[in-house]
Amino acid sequence: MLWYIGRRLLQLLPVFFGATFLIYFLVFAMPGDPIAALYGDRPPAESVIEQVRAEYNLDKPFIVQYLLWIGGIFTGDFGTTYSGRAVIDVMVHAFPITARLALLALLFEAVIGVTAGLFAGLRKGKPFDTVSLVVSLIFISVPTFVIGFVVQYVFGVKLGWINPSVSSAATWLELIVPALVLASVSIAQVLRLTRASVAENAGADYVRTAKAKGLSRGRVVRVHVLRNSLIPVVTYLGTDLGTLMVGAVITEGIFNIKGVGGTVFDAVKRGEGPTVVAFVSVMVIIFMLANLLVDLLYAVLDPRIRYVK
Amino acid sequence: MSENAATATTPLLQITDLEVGFTTQSGVVPAVRGVSFSIMPGENLAIVGESGSGKSTTAQAIIDLLPGTGKVTGGSILFDGTDLTTLNASGIQRVRGSQIGYVPQDPMSNLNPVWNIGFQVRETIEANTQLRGQDAKKRVIEVLEEAGLSDPGSRLRQYPNQFSGGMRQRVLIGIGLSARPKLLIADEPTSALDVTVQRRILDHLGTLTRDYGTSVLFITHDLGLAAERAEKLVVMYKGKIVEYGSSQEILADPQHPYTKRLVAAAPSLASRRIQAVRNDEEESGALAPVTRDISIVERAEAREASAAGDLIEVKNLTKVYQIRQGGFRKTDFTAVDDVSFSIPKGTTTALVGESGSGKSTVAKMVLKLEDITSGSITFDGKDVGTLPRSELLSFRRRVQPVFQDPYGSLDPLRSIGSTIAEPLLIHGIGDAKSRRATVRELLEQVSLPSSTELRYPNELSGGQRQRVAVARALALNPEVIVLDEAVSALDVLVQGQVLDLLTKLQTELGLTYLFITHDLAVVRLVADNVCVMRQGRIVEQATTDEVFDSPKQDYTRELLEAIPGGNFEFGRL
Repeated sequence: MLWYIGRRLLQLLPVFFGATFLIYFLVFAMPGDPIAALYGDRPPAESVIEQVRAEYNLDKPFIVQYLLWIGGIFTGDFGTTYSGRAVIDVMVHAFPITARLALLALLFEAVIGVTAGLFAGLRKGKPFDTVSLVVSLIFISVPTFVIGFVVQYVFGVKLGWINPSVSSAATWLELIVPALVLASVSIAQVLRLTRASVAENAGADYVRTAKAKGLSRGRVVRVHVLRNSLIPVVTYLGTDLGTLMVGAVITEGIFNIKGVGGTVFDAVKRGEGPTVVAFVSVMVIIFMLANLLVDLLYAVLDPRIRYVK
Repeated sequence: MSENAATATTPLLQITDLEVGFTTQSGVVPAVRGVSFSIMPGENLAIVGESGSGKSTTAQAIIDLLPGTGKVTGGSILFDGTDLTTLNASGIQRVRGSQIGYVPQDPMSNLNPVWNIGFQVRETIEANTQLRGQDAKKRVIEVLEEAGLSDPGSRLRQYPNQFSGGMRQRVLIGIGLSARPKLLIADEPTSALDVTVQRRILDHLGTLTRDYGTSVLFITHDLGLAAERAEKLVVMYKGKIVEYGSSQEILADPQHPYTKRLVAAAPSLASRRIQAVRNDEEESGALAPVTRDISIVERAEAREASAAGDLIEVKNLTKVYQIRQGGFRKTDFTAVDDVSFSIPKGTTTALVGESGSGKSTVAKMVLKLEDITSGSITFDGKDVGTLPRSELLSFRRRVQPVFQDPYGSLDPLRSIGSTIAEPLLIHGIGDAKSRRATVRELLEQVSLPSSTELRYPNELSGGQRQRVAVARALALNPEVIVLDEAVSALDVLVQGQVLDLLTKLQTELGLTYLFITHDLAVVRLVADNVCVMRQGRIVEQATTDEVFDSPKQDYTRELLEAIPGGNFEFGRL
């Protein structure tokens, strides 16, 4: 088991270098001169441009720029933004906010999606099942930003139940509604996945045997239906963490949250290489760790899976 | 009348006019119609019938575990004085497990794969008795020991996938009997197991239930098993009871045409090799009796005249697998050990053995689906092992397989016509029009209507699917067909039909069969020569009659004795 985890962590290395190199290259290849973008309509003197270029290593060949950047990372220096702030400072501020938002969304997905899916699957064809299928289809087909704006307008502006925009502290409480919006599509997906999985498992032979053993209905569902049904759901939840971070760009925009999404979006627009690469690289690592966690969770849920080496 | 006498004459289970229906879009479809029978305390009764006869539905109705939309629509199920049909959910839950135990059919799918064995037995004990903690654990070990699982104490933390089919079935029997129920429903308890394992488990079950005075309700399609294990017999056909009474009497003198047919189709030691002499009219008649007692001498003579030497010759065949032992250590496992036999053209050779005897590995090597470690296989004078790639396609055309699982070996997304035409397409035979004509011809050969062409596997029964598999194998006009447990998954009547078909095709087309099976009773019906395999070696090799009439090896004798109903005289028509 430890061997397995060690091997998986080692696998992170090539992925880390591959991903950062690719992202760095993409940012490098983006059209437009970042210096020109920085100074807007009034271009500065030629000497100033040269100085800025040298400061940010923009005058060196691509591969040298990349190596310098990588070297910096291992000494804790993620570079500086074009406005002179250290990228690491921006990350320390932005990541906790988005982490709170994504974790809340993941929690809603797991709790609401699995619970509703379980009930729908056990009562297949009954009113609750039909209603939940229709509602989930609506959430899947309507774009998140529409849901976001509607929620913001109705609950924030009209009813005044929530603050339409989140403060810069972005506390857990403030993030509940944005997290629900962010998770809406995923909740619907988890519901459908759980429902199908539960409906299939409820008809399994071992469930009938469990009933024949004289177990109560509640125990049959808890012990013999739910655990087996969760295996595909856990996979989905793991891979969805990445989707949530991408989706956060839109949700953060709507509710004015100063998280990862907004920062990366702005940096991309400005062609700010160091910031984009740093943020995306950390996201790649988080995504990979989440996948490792899912694989380990598998072994907990399904004893047939064993990680030997 | 004393009280004792009264209880002794009161049936434990009395089913009266039971009706069970399934709700479909076109209304309620009855599955069980007016079924009545009773079981006395300590008595064993078997319900016999083919799949779809309503035998399992009857059993499931007793403990209210009908699948899907199934519902009891009439009649009563009196168990120990209570009508089970009137109980609510928690009432029936109290009866299940503690009063009525249940042993399901398929040991592979009836244990939850994500919980260990100990947990699954223990929760049954905790649900039905007052035992908790260490007492419950002790009882778990006791129950598994009784069910015949060796060293249960150290196996509690193991999971079902680490157990063999026989071991799992023992666990399920342990679960069924764990609370000492008065009645045990055993729904095809051993149909998924080898004959020898089956015999051991049924013997054990018999001893246990006799000791506890438990009544057993057997559900089976195997007449031999029913006759051996139960005093009373209920024969069901299309949801109705067609015969009910003492096992001995029914088998010796069946009254209903369906029972007669079932008795005739039951493969037993009394049967002989099927001769393809029946005409089509007889075969299509739904209740036509089967005649099998045609002189073997006649047939053997005819075959000798046409025999043109050995088509397949297997010499010193050996297959060694390397098994990982964790880390980088590997051990050799010899699956097939120095096996030699030959198959004369136009005859059937059967490889018989328990699972793990290496018989399927031999089949795979003959089909060239598995590499040979040492030894040789010669087909029509050519060495199969060193066949050049260019000749492989033509070898594949001449040697075709039919596999065991009629559900798994057909692509569910392809129509039957397209499935049968696929080999023709791969080998570039004919154009679209002629291929279609060939498909129709093949369907006719295997006695399926030509409309089957447009249907899909899920719309066909197991027997029909196996006919399709045979038709697909025949598409390329092969000379050899390797049948790997081709009829093992089918129930007796369907099995009989497929075996008849294979014999007919052999006579008409001069086919050579390599027949892999664990079922000696089937061997007697189709094979000319038999090789008995055990642990990778051939332990006995002779003509079918020699093997059955005077087995030389103890192991062969053991296999023969394990055939259910083997020693039973089936009624003659």
